[in-house]
Amino acid sequence: MSAPIVIVGAGQAGLQAAEHLRSEGYAGELVLVGSEARPPYHRPPLSKAYLLGEFAEAQLTIRSPEALARKTIEYVPGVTAQLIDRPSRGLGLSDGRQLAYSGLCLATGSRARPLLVPGAELANVLALRTLDDARAIAEALRTVQKVAVVGGGFIGLEIAAVACKLGKEVVVLEAAERLMPRVVSPLISTFYAGLHARHGVHVELNSQVAEIAGAEGRAAAVRTADGRAFPAGLVVVGIGILPNTDLAQAAGLACERGIVVDACSRTSDPAIVAAGDCTARRVADGSLLRLESVHNALEQGKCAAAALLGKDRPFTASPWFWSDQYDVKLQMVGLCAGHDHVVLRGDPAAQKFSAFYYRGDKLIAVDSVNSPKDHLPARKLLDLGICPTPTQAADPQFNLATLLT
Amino acid sequence: MAKITYIEPSGKHVEIDVPEGWTLMQGATTNGIEGIEAECGGSCACATCHCYVEALAERLPPPGETEEGMLANVVAERRPNSRLSCQIKATVDLDGMVVRLPEAQS
Repeated sequence: MSAPIVIVGAGQAGLQAAEHLRSEGYAGELVLVGSEARPPYHRPPLSKAYLLGEFAEAQLTIRSPEALARKTIEYVPGVTAQLIDRPSRGLGLSDGRQLAYSGLCLATGSRARPLLVPGAELANVLALRTLDDARAIAEALRTVQKVAVVGGGFIGLEIAAVACKLGKEVVVLEAAERLMPRVVSPLISTFYAGLHARHGVHVELNSQVAEIAGAEGRAAAVRTADGRAFPAGLVVVGIGILPNTDLAQAAGLACERGIVVDACSRTSDPAIVAAGDCTARRVADGSLLRLESVHNALEQGKCAAAALLGKDRPFTASPWFWSDQYDVKLQMVGLCAGHDHVVLRGDPAAQKFSAFYYRGDKLIAVDSVNSPKDHLPARKLLDLGICPTPTQAADPQFNLATLLT
Repeated sequence: MAKITYIEPSGKHVEIDVPEGWTLMQGATTNGIEGIEAECGGSCACATCHCYVEALAERLPPPGETEEGMLANVVAERRPNSRLSCQIKATVDLDGMVVRLPEAQS
């Protein structure tokens, strides 16, 4: 009997890989090792519904241990992998177990990028990655009035919106000249700056944090490089993530901004695949693409499972993302970097529009704000390489789905 | 608590006691019901928790604007009883509801 397939990491990517192995007919032993003590859970609500108190913790569970057992997935919670012995195909775990593997999937995820300034270690300076982190932030939000959010990315802005809804005074400090600069277009950045301002959140752009000033072990204010001070009883840091590549690197797997994988989620070792936030995917033009999203985790989880079964299932779907802030839903598909013109459908002033990004005649991305009806057709158009004309895209009466039939 | 019957694409009926306040999506995914993906985890952003409400549909309020917008483009056939299960919260009133899951979600 051959050794089990072992998956390291029980987030979205690892769980998806495990379940896809089963749905693709793998009947051998399957071990899913998770570093947290609880069953796999949804992280996106941590910065939204959970923080607002709309979800109880149990409602975050993706799959109960019983459901995993029914699929004969051996779930090992609260354990980390410490060493991969590639020549003998063995894995050392933190509980002392040694596992042999026939195939290994690394879905080790990511961790919050630390803020490297004096005072970042103070007790009420928190980052959000896990349910424990979210619980700590929720706890702090109950008692403080002034909240400073360092980083105007998705997580920071979602937390700012929650804190604002809870009646807090909120400042967002973003180092770049616009919000969410890595992922959205200037148009969307401007829309969100206005949205937060209308809700009374104080957004400070071009604001590099220099220090967190404290008293008695607790943060009291955030100081920026230009000498301003923003008083805060809670500082939330959301300045990106770092892929967890230590295990892979120590084992000599190719790593560069993540564990390097091909379109089928294979690493530089034929017995090892990787999926999710921990990876950097080599794309057609030879560059490395690191996506930090649920969709990426799920797609790569499926690709990785297929690869372990000897099948090619390349990642071809257009990446998509979403964000909920206040009563505004943003759904994005494709990557808009490199667009040369934008076509608007609907009216940003009405908080209901989609932006179609073109490079030449080619549609490369679509962002939909409170326009859910545009999002799924846009995903299909991009997946199929079908480009509406700018006139069609701009006309809200034109049904995009008709281009798909 | 509401007893909900989920009909998986294979035709298998599974009864689940869904706690008050949980969505029908949460009741299904936690328990590993087949035929539901729920990629976005209940944010009404992906339309992969589509279901057909086959009993007690009249007890539900109509879909909100976002749900309606996502239902417009679900992968499986859109029917009059199509709903997104992440938008249905269990209450005692829904005890006995039957929902059928489609062949495809994405």
